[in-house]
Amino acid sequence: MLVTCPNCGPREVQELRCAGESTTRPKTTPTQRELNEYIYFRANEAGLQREWWFCRACEDWFLAERNTVTNEVSRTWHPARSPEGSAR
Amino acid sequence: MKDIFLKKQILKRPDELKRHYDVVIIGGGSHGLATAYYLATHHGITNVAILEKSYIGSGAAGRNTTIIRANYRTPEGAAFYKQSVELYERLSGELDFNLMFSQHGHFTLAHSDRSLVVQQERAEVNKLLGIDSYVIDAKEVKKLCPQINISTDVTWPIQGALYHPPGGIIRHDAVVWGFAKQVTRAGIEIHQNVEVTGFDISNGRVHGVKTTKGDVSCGVVLSATAGWSSIVAKMAGVPLPIIGSILQAFVTEPVKPFLDKIIVSAQMHIYCSQTDRGEFLIGAEVEPYPTYSNKGTFPFVEYACRHVLELFPQLHATKILRHWTGLCDMSPDYSPIMGLTELDGFLVDCGWGTYGFKAAPIVGVTLAELIAKGKTPALIEPFKLDRFYTDTLVSEAAAAAVSH
Repeated sequence: MLVTCPNCGPREVQELRCAGESTTRPKTTPTQRELNEYIYFRANEAGLQREWWFCRACEDWFLAERNTVTNEVSRTWHPARSPEGSAR
Repeated sequence: MKDIFLKKQILKRPDELKRHYDVVIIGGGSHGLATAYYLATHHGITNVAILEKSYIGSGAAGRNTTIIRANYRTPEGAAFYKQSVELYERLSGELDFNLMFSQHGHFTLAHSDRSLVVQQERAEVNKLLGIDSYVIDAKEVKKLCPQINISTDVTWPIQGALYHPPGGIIRHDAVVWGFAKQVTRAGIEIHQNVEVTGFDISNGRVHGVKTTKGDVSCGVVLSATAGWSSIVAKMAGVPLPIIGSILQAFVTEPVKPFLDKIIVSAQMHIYCSQTDRGEFLIGAEVEPYPTYSNKGTFPFVEYACRHVLELFPQLHATKILRHWTGLCDMSPDYSPIMGLTELDGFLVDCGWGTYGFKAAPIVGVTLAELIAKGKTPALIEPFKLDRFYTDTLVSEAAAAAVSH
């Protein structure tokens, strides 16, 4: 399985770390339920999923769009260098 | 001639789905079948359908590494698994099916002082609950398991181990077939190749299940779908704190019997045992990224072999025969999620990650009681889904993070 780091190019998956699906932060003062939903609950998509990855080589974080059924990574990008940023 | 084979068939193929069932169980694995079995035997509820999208035991029930043990870290977990081991001990007779359960002992190796401290904690929790479990040193490990390499000329020399004599291995397929046989005899229908496509929900209650073979109405739905729990629960609008990942295992070609113990290493993240057929069964850790892809990976094989050969250098010339993966529904605290949800009539049995098979009988007993009486049994009260909203987690990471 290959993941393309925006800085280092295609890398074997062991050289990176998957930090899980990207989530939306709750508002500034969330209720306990909102906070716990944010911390624990996950969509766990079977299909296209947007997730955070960390490259161990360049030690940088980036976003990826991966199909969790086929493990095919269709797109990776650096949120700071992309107009859409990290918005879902 | 054909008749002889037909009569011997364990599983009768049921006709079309009926219009109504009291209970619909989604998932024909060890948990779904066990729940159906105890619904029939303990509570006399037999208007039950088990809907399985593939064949029975095709998921985690047929892919696990068959280890049965009770030496968990939390009192909630240990008490629960203790009852499961006790149920497994008499299950062969009860199901009238040879499950080939052999309790030869289970070692959780410690390779550091810190690890020994954790093992000691586990041993104390276990002793308090009457579970046979204690810490031994490396020499004692060698005495009980002479085949193991305890030399210090390895990456992680063995310092000691948590020894759990009642730990054992079982024929996992037989567990599925045994339950299926008795469930069918009790008049419960097992529908294979029937996939659930949605639910009939109104006024905060589930009234029926939509399937690829037509719709049925029902009183209670239990989703016992392990790795596919998030997908099923999503159809019912119930969010789950689950991340799916794959766990891999492989067996070597059969060799002469020389290991009767189960060896687990928390440091090396591997575990191995020798099956009744002589194959060495070796498993490791879940892949570090969520996936639904049941495709094995080479790094796993390389990693597992490297570590197993440090424990058993005798295996250096043994070839790998089969390698497979299974889908694991990991919960944030390494404890299962069982029972009621916020949707009336929709029960879940998930979050079983890498430790579901060893709990099958007790899951069946407790969930059957919950379905029949409508009240959560005290034994599974700590494992309700609600704990993630109220911050009352049951952290089993110390005893279950290594997938054995």
